[in-house]
Amino acid sequence: MTRGSKKPMRAFFLACALCLAAGAALAQDLQSLLQQNAEEIGDPSRRTIAEALEPVLESDLPQVLDFLERYAAREVWQRPEDGLFFYAEEGDDALTLIDIDTGEPVGTASSREMNNIRVNAGVRGVINSALVQFQLSDDDASRRIAALDAIARSPEPEHLAPLLNSIEDEPSPAIRERKERLASILTARFGESTEARVAAIDSMAGDTSIDVRATLNQILGASDEIGETLPEGENLAGERELTRDEAYAELAEEGLASPRVSDADIAAALQANIEGDAVAGVPVATMSDPAARIRAYEALAESGTVPPFVSEDEVDDLVDAYVYYQVYYEDDPAVTDAARGALGAIETRVALYQFADIALDALSLASIYFLAAIGLAITFGVMGVINMAHGEFIMMGAYTGYVVQQIVPDYTVSLVIALPLAFAVTFAAGVLLERLVIRHLYHRPLETLLATFGISIALQQLAKNIFGTQARPLTSPAWLGGQMEINDIISISNIRIAIFVLAAIFLVGLLLLLNRTRLGLEVRAVTQNPGMAASMGINPDRINMLTFGLGSGIAGIAGVAIGLYAQVTSEMGANYIVQSFMTVVVGGVGNVWGTLAGAGLIGILQKGIEWFNPSNTLAAQTYMILFIILFIQFRPKGIVALKGRAAGD
Amino acid sequence: MATLLEVSGVSVTFDGFKAINNLSLSIGEPEMRAIIGPNGAGKTTMMDIITGKTKPDEGRVLWGEMSRNLLGMSESRIAQEGIGRKFQRPTVFEAQSVRENLQLALKNRRGAFAVWLRPKGPTDDERIDALAEEIGLTDELERPSGELSHGQKQWLEIGMLLAQEPRLLLVDEPAAGMTPAERQHTTDLLKRAAQTRAVIVVEHDMEFVRRLECKVTVLHEGRVLAEGSIDHVTSNQEVIDVYLGR
Amino acid sequence: MQRSFFFRNPSILVFIGLLAVFTLAVTLMSAGAGSGAISTSFVKTLGRTLCLCLVAIAMDVVWGYCGILSLGHFAFFGIGGYAIGMWLMYARTEEIVVSSLAGATLPPTPQEVSDAIGSQIFGVVGSSDFPAIWAFAHSLPLQLLAVVLVPGLLALVFGWLAFRSRVTGVYLSILTQAMTLALSLYLFQNDSGLRGNNGLSGLQNMPGEDLGQDVISIRFFWASALALGLGYVLFGWVVSGKMGSVIRAIRDDEARVRFLGYHVESYKLFVFTITAVVAGIAGALYYPQAGIINPAEIAPIASIYLAVWVAIGGRGRLYGAVIGAALVSLASTWFTGGGAPPIDLGFYRVIWTDWWLVLLGLVFVLVTLFFPKGIGGLVDLLGINRPVKQGRTGDYGPDVGAWRKREGEEE
Repeated sequence: MTRGSKKPMRAFFLACALCLAAGAALAQDLQSLLQQNAEEIGDPSRRTIAEALEPVLESDLPQVLDFLERYAAREVWQRPEDGLFFYAEEGDDALTLIDIDTGEPVGTASSREMNNIRVNAGVRGVINSALVQFQLSDDDASRRIAALDAIARSPEPEHLAPLLNSIEDEPSPAIRERKERLASILTARFGESTEARVAAIDSMAGDTSIDVRATLNQILGASDEIGETLPEGENLAGERELTRDEAYAELAEEGLASPRVSDADIAAALQANIEGDAVAGVPVATMSDPAARIRAYEALAESGTVPPFVSEDEVDDLVDAYVYYQVYYEDDPAVTDAARGALGAIETRVALYQFADIALDALSLASIYFLAAIGLAITFGVMGVINMAHGEFIMMGAYTGYVVQQIVPDYTVSLVIALPLAFAVTFAAGVLLERLVIRHLYHRPLETLLATFGISIALQQLAKNIFGTQARPLTSPAWLGGQMEINDIISISNIRIAIFVLAAIFLVGLLLLLNRTRLGLEVRAVTQNPGMAASMGINPDRINMLTFGLGSGIAGIAGVAIGLYAQVTSEMGANYIVQSFMTVVVGGVGNVWGTLAGAGLIGILQKGIEWFNPSNTLAAQTYMILFIILFIQFRPKGIVALKGRAAGD
Repeated sequence: MATLLEVSGVSVTFDGFKAINNLSLSIGEPEMRAIIGPNGAGKTTMMDIITGKTKPDEGRVLWGEMSRNLLGMSESRIAQEGIGRKFQRPTVFEAQSVRENLQLALKNRRGAFAVWLRPKGPTDDERIDALAEEIGLTDELERPSGELSHGQKQWLEIGMLLAQEPRLLLVDEPAAGMTPAERQHTTDLLKRAAQTRAVIVVEHDMEFVRRLECKVTVLHEGRVLAEGSIDHVTSNQEVIDVYLGR
Repeated sequence: MQRSFFFRNPSILVFIGLLAVFTLAVTLMSAGAGSGAISTSFVKTLGRTLCLCLVAIAMDVVWGYCGILSLGHFAFFGIGGYAIGMWLMYARTEEIVVSSLAGATLPPTPQEVSDAIGSQIFGVVGSSDFPAIWAFAHSLPLQLLAVVLVPGLLALVFGWLAFRSRVTGVYLSILTQAMTLALSLYLFQNDSGLRGNNGLSGLQNMPGEDLGQDVISIRFFWASALALGLGYVLFGWVVSGKMGSVIRAIRDDEARVRFLGYHVESYKLFVFTITAVVAGIAGALYYPQAGIINPAEIAPIASIYLAVWVAIGGRGRLYGAVIGAALVSLASTWFTGGGAPPIDLGFYRVIWTDWWLVLLGLVFVLVTLFFPKGIGGLVDLLGINRPVKQGRTGDYGPDVGAWRKREGEEE
């Protein structure tokens, strides 16, 4: 807020206060206030209405707001004989008149006896901005906010003064802040003096909100122009870089050059000028040759039937003869300079925020991959077994969550039940798979891969048969539904935060389990040297069974988590399996940190590539996989590789 | 006796454990050399380095008249240069017949297209028959080698080694699991080979080493502890300490 | 030389003989060249099956003989299909465009024809310009060359990268699967230049000749049978003799083969590439008989099914792959096409369109567990083949480490 805008405002306030006192002394009811200018109000025009309504606006009567709204909505009637104003309800054949002060019905009249006051658009605009003043100072905070929303939606120059007036008396600090922001946005666009506008624009630098950016962009709006020289005295935005063809096309459009003759033009001209079976002496039958067409066209052009070809030299000359530039709609260079500067600063900050947003996205994607892959990494690392049915275990967990929700209607409770139940179900399924199939295929990793693939297609089809092919929703509880907004650009949905937390819990839990418990010790022993472990009295069978169960159980929990933000289908597992393999392979086998590193790398990569080409997630995935294939070339054992003899090279 | 292989200043570390520590060794052609040493002395790692399976952290391995460095070569290239290796445990291709195993090992062109389009040399069958005679598997030529006894597999492995016609033979515990008569046969065979080429035998069995009648190198903790005739090294106090414990 | 080759491999002669008899029988019963006892669509199904058998023997060579479980050979198959599909679609559209432009007042220029073809083909993806990869689509010889060269080069580059860094076992399988996934995702994009998920269609029509589908179908059937026969002989040649010996040795213990002086990577690359080329040829014959190709055909799952066929048929023997591919794909058609009668269990009606995949999955698991030799193993029981006791060595991936192998034997 600057001194320049403050002075007239204070004067205006003073005048208002005086008038209010006077108006209150003169009349106590709305009707009598209206009667002071009954003629102008009864037949309003844009020019006179503001003055005519002045006594009304300056009064402190509570009914004024209602009246103005109804007036603008053409619900006010005037009785010709005495010039009194009424609201009216239209009945079957008569109007029920309602007193504008008391709101009581005062009689009936036929519609022919009454004049409906015609309010045109211009008048309505005046009234609306008068209304804004009332709304902005309304006692009801929600109405004030609604008024601010309306102004923000379609800002008009008339809004500025009432908005500025309403700031001083605003009781709520939050709304006051909003009003001040909106005021500076309006000042930037419609302020009276250059200094006021520049100051307002400068105050917005660093504000990344969308409305501020939209305002600045509006100020920087420019029109494309062509001229022989750059004009003097106009607020130039700069010259335009055009290709030769684009430039010529614009010249042609502006009528500054004759359009070039396209192939389609030639064809049309030739068709229009066929005489017998030839055009200008060139036989139609030869016209499949472009050279023949050009010959015929040139002949036509010589005879003046069609416009001649524009030669390439002519094009060059014409294009060079003009300058192509942009002129700001805004005339004041100081304002546009300030706006450009502010926008530049804002865009830098926006880019920074977007980067942070992408980083958050990458983090949550990495969490999902980690959850999906860690179970696989455990079974692969400990047992050297690739479980192709891992994705189906994820699906099984998600469907467990869905079934629980069908039985337990409370989403929070059902989630609390579903997580351990999903673990139990998939743990059991994993142990069953290990006992029935995988146990017989140790030392045959490729065949395990195939056998578990058989399980995978059977389970997938089974899920289709039971639950159908359409996606089933797994609804998250309300407290997980929203999103955390840090500012206009950075936001992250609560569900993703929850998944991140879940991944962190699993990371810590697994590290504790593997490094601090007896079971973990035995698992690590079996990972590094099963033969030696067996000879030390560890039962590898039991360890394998438990490990496989654990890996599968984690897949089940991951399934519930994934199901909460994606949809539950029989194919959801298949969508994650390849990425999970990648995570394990890239990270390095047999190591929780490796999986974390792999998930992190893949998450960051995928989001990073999407950043460069946001419209195309398919391309992002393609490039990511290609990157991984190349990555494996250089680190075949992954990021975190077991070293030395234990790696079993 | 020209130097065929010279290992100099080679070291390799696995996870902080120095498996080979500044090892130097040289073999002439023809020569027979026995290498002994307790478990973990680095015998197998040394052979891994020579055959290209393990890359050392430092040092050089020079080969042949041109003194070419073997360290930059792939395993297959080194084998083609003329270094053959017999593993401690017989690793024959069990799904294939004895003849196929020998045919695989027979010195011939190793390129894929050469093998595909011209699979057999004119004298291959005779060479295989001669080898089979030598290793006593003439009657088993068409049997899958997986059906052979352990001793026969050892023989087949030796036969494959000879079939490669290498200039340097690396033989890891050739006598393990053999009857006394077979041991004698093996000794003879190795000694005969050593008349025309270099042979390095890694062995635990002192009696067997004594019968080879050759220079002995004792390895300990990845370096050469002693070198000389069998009587010389067995009277060396350090060697006795290492073998018997102090 | 050739005579002794066939003499040493009688199964090749038997196979060629059976294939010839089968081709003759189908020809005599077809609508295009015989009595019409077999419908044209069934002739196409049989022709397609022959192509699947061809890609299956390629898979068998690379997996069953060389030990590389490639989950990418159906991608090569698809590339072959796309390569020929581009020409078929271009030539067919050109015919339509030329005949529709024939009525125009001016005879069309080549540019107009090309533009019209472009907007016909790429209209579905909101474009009308020819992408760069269509540069040779007008030429049948060049596209035929692409059928061979593109899968071959892709396999060569990919294989060179993968093998030289000694990626083996399940790692290699995952890597090939990743390659397949990348390819199919790429093709799913609208701006890939190959019509995104619409794929190429109308491939069943033969440009340049005014033939009915009954004649076209039997000709493609012959071509497929010929390709399968030639492929069988080619791979029979590759896997017999010393080459086969080296390849199988690599499968069983590649480190040992290296110490024998063989450059294992070159052999793997040779096998990987030659099988990829054959897979591309099989695809080029398959898709004209299917009529349409889209990226879903290339999805990783298809390559896994290929492995399933080979495993069920019996890997490590070429006829096993043929049996597996033919049996499973025909059974698949029968069950999912509604040909199989539902089973009424009283409380539940088993409808095979729903339950076929469950059955296939379970059968596959059982085969892996109890019949690792697959259906082809039954031939051993008949005593036709000299039984070779399989060592268990081939089952170990080198990534597991040699010491585990020892334990496996001791168990």
